[in-house]
Amino acid sequence: MAQLDTPIEERDISAGARFIAWLGRIFLAAIIPLIAFLVIYAGFIFLRDSDAPRWVITIIAIIWGVGGIALLYWVFNGIVERLPDEWTLRLQPFVFVGPAIAILLWYLTLPVYRTFWLSLFDRDGFPGDFTVFNPLTWPAAIQSESFVGVTNYVAIFTERLLQESFRNNLMWIVFGSTMSVVTGLFVAWLADRSKFERVSKSLIFLPMAISFVGASVIWNFMYEVRPIDAPQIGVFNAIVVALGGQPQLWDKWVAIAPWNNLFLILIVIWLQTGFSMVLFSAALKGIPEEIIEASRVDGATEIQIFFRIMIPSIMATIITVWTTIVIFTLKIFDIVWVMTGGQFGTHVIATQFYRQSFTARNSGFGSAIAIILLLTVIPVLIYNLRQFREGEAF
Amino acid sequence: MGTQSRTQAIIVNGTLLILVIIWSIPTLGLFVSSFRDRFDIQVSGWWTVFPHREWQTVTTLDPQELGLDPQGEMTVEGVTGTFEELREGIQSGDVRVTWVGNRRLGRIEVQQQSWAVNWNFTLDNYREVIGGVDREVTFPDGTVQVVPGQDMSQAFLNSFAVTIPSTVIPILIAAFAAYGFAWMNFPGRRTFFIMIVALLVVPLQIALVPILMDYNRLGLNGTFLAIWLAHTGFGLALATYLLFGYISTLPREMLESAFIDGASHFTVFTRLILPLSVPALASFAIFQFLWVWNDYLVALVFLGVDPTYKVLTQRLADLTGTYGQSWHLLTAGAFVTMVLPLAVFIGLQRYFVRGLMAGSVKG
Repeated sequence: MAQLDTPIEERDISAGARFIAWLGRIFLAAIIPLIAFLVIYAGFIFLRDSDAPRWVITIIAIIWGVGGIALLYWVFNGIVERLPDEWTLRLQPFVFVGPAIAILLWYLTLPVYRTFWLSLFDRDGFPGDFTVFNPLTWPAAIQSESFVGVTNYVAIFTERLLQESFRNNLMWIVFGSTMSVVTGLFVAWLADRSKFERVSKSLIFLPMAISFVGASVIWNFMYEVRPIDAPQIGVFNAIVVALGGQPQLWDKWVAIAPWNNLFLILIVIWLQTGFSMVLFSAALKGIPEEIIEASRVDGATEIQIFFRIMIPSIMATIITVWTTIVIFTLKIFDIVWVMTGGQFGTHVIATQFYRQSFTARNSGFGSAIAIILLLTVIPVLIYNLRQFREGEAF
Repeated sequence: MGTQSRTQAIIVNGTLLILVIIWSIPTLGLFVSSFRDRFDIQVSGWWTVFPHREWQTVTTLDPQELGLDPQGEMTVEGVTGTFEELREGIQSGDVRVTWVGNRRLGRIEVQQQSWAVNWNFTLDNYREVIGGVDREVTFPDGTVQVVPGQDMSQAFLNSFAVTIPSTVIPILIAAFAAYGFAWMNFPGRRTFFIMIVALLVVPLQIALVPILMDYNRLGLNGTFLAIWLAHTGFGLALATYLLFGYISTLPREMLESAFIDGASHFTVFTRLILPLSVPALASFAIFQFLWVWNDYLVALVFLGVDPTYKVLTQRLADLTGTYGQSWHLLTAGAFVTMVLPLAVFIGLQRYFVRGLMAGSVKG
């Protein structure tokens, strides 16, 4: 279709002129987004240094940022549409997908590679005189003093604090994700046969809207401890004392380490049960009613139906939900950081990563931890890719 | 409906009720406490706002007037006990006799149990947290102290400034990309899409240090632009994946007829695809909005320590560090950070659930 309306004059001019015209257009196409970025950027610096009221700056910044990006697409597309049609066809897809690919390359793909390089060096990082992207500078970089090879990785697997983090993360995965799945499934099953399904599901789902920092405050308050003769204001200790026990420190209870981690994991179960419940609820409703009715007629009990029919039919959802929560608990950071700061034997991989990278400023060690974190999700990544290939959505 | 199914319904609803109560207690405690007087929070549990039995002093007696000897056994108001026993309180019938204070100057209180509610509610906690103005507070011992305000309204604005573009920009970019992947042909299409699927689960921790280095070089650190771009980068894979799933299932004939009418890809996208994709866009928007609003790590790394730019989660985390025992501040502060996501969540729950179901894996 598009080839039909190629302008006549484009065909008549000489090949050289056309080449120059294209070159100019491509140059324009490249330079305009750059200018747009610089203008947005300059606007930002200006806004940052201005002393207008904060809310005015906030509104201008929002309009500036969002509008700027939209403008970028419009300008870029306008240029490409004015090119000869064969060039429009060739270039327009990149107007559409180019920015997304560029951002993903900059923010996630290349960092995998750069972080891996950083992990081979000590706290000074990859020597600044060289660049990670130029293979010619690699030999010199490797010979520099800051190159330590796999030392950081050896340290990860030998340092006591890191081993403790791995153990804790394992607890998070085993207890956190399993309990979230089990309670979510149980609630979904119960709610499905109750008149109060909507309201009860909403209330269990509600914590999903709460930030981890907010949840940490909520649970710090639940675990609050007071001296033995003062009235307890935390729910946990109030119950324990009312039953004649001693007030405890719960998540900060070193004497029972590593089991004090369970009181942090409890927070994530509280937050994530709603998530698994919603997905299981939808899956349970997808099971054909006839199958369940038929087994009821055959005399199966509700519990038999649950284990023999429902669980097998929603196995795919169970795996999805479970892997999602596993990935999520692998990266758990906020709760531990705010509740205990990693003290009392509660460090996890992500808090160690933060501590090493930003508090201790040892980017080499921190990067090695990040690489290990990435390696742990590789099985899920491969599983996803395999699913994608099987699905052939393309 | 026989008795068996009625029993079953009672068991089901009863269990559900217990679970719902357990799940609601933490949030309810926070909510109730945020409205309680700052000194009340410290000395009584928040559940005392509900009617409960409480020992209340009926009469106060002076042991010296009664001629009691604290060294030995004492008999007062029909109970007998040593000083230590009286300190603990001796109960007889519905009356409890307690020695309050030390041996020499103490007094004896005769208490009776009665129903009570602790309804001393106030908005002062919110004034202190949001207002940002210093306030005079009279402490129980009579002293007056000036307490500094926390000015969370500033952080509230910052959270807005961070969240709105961090939600809109990735949606815009992802919608363009999803359209490109779904309806355009170009070399590398499959490879790039596989990259997006792979990036869905890559933990963002992998990117923090390199991106921070780039930002340092560009002078972007601590600016909103930096954090917008970061959230865009970290949310983009999921956004593209979800929107592709929606846009690629739109009927092919509709697009073809638009092309026959001479529309360009850009026109088709802005006039036809975007309006049709509103449900999918809304689902992801709510997802990303909650994610960014509740984010702590990315803000911590890229917004840094400048208090004028801190978002709500950072301010709240700071409060827990500095005022870990000031529950009147923490409860009100936590509720301030939660009020908007809760409103969005309750108002738009249907869209949120839809988004959640479409793509439950986030990197």
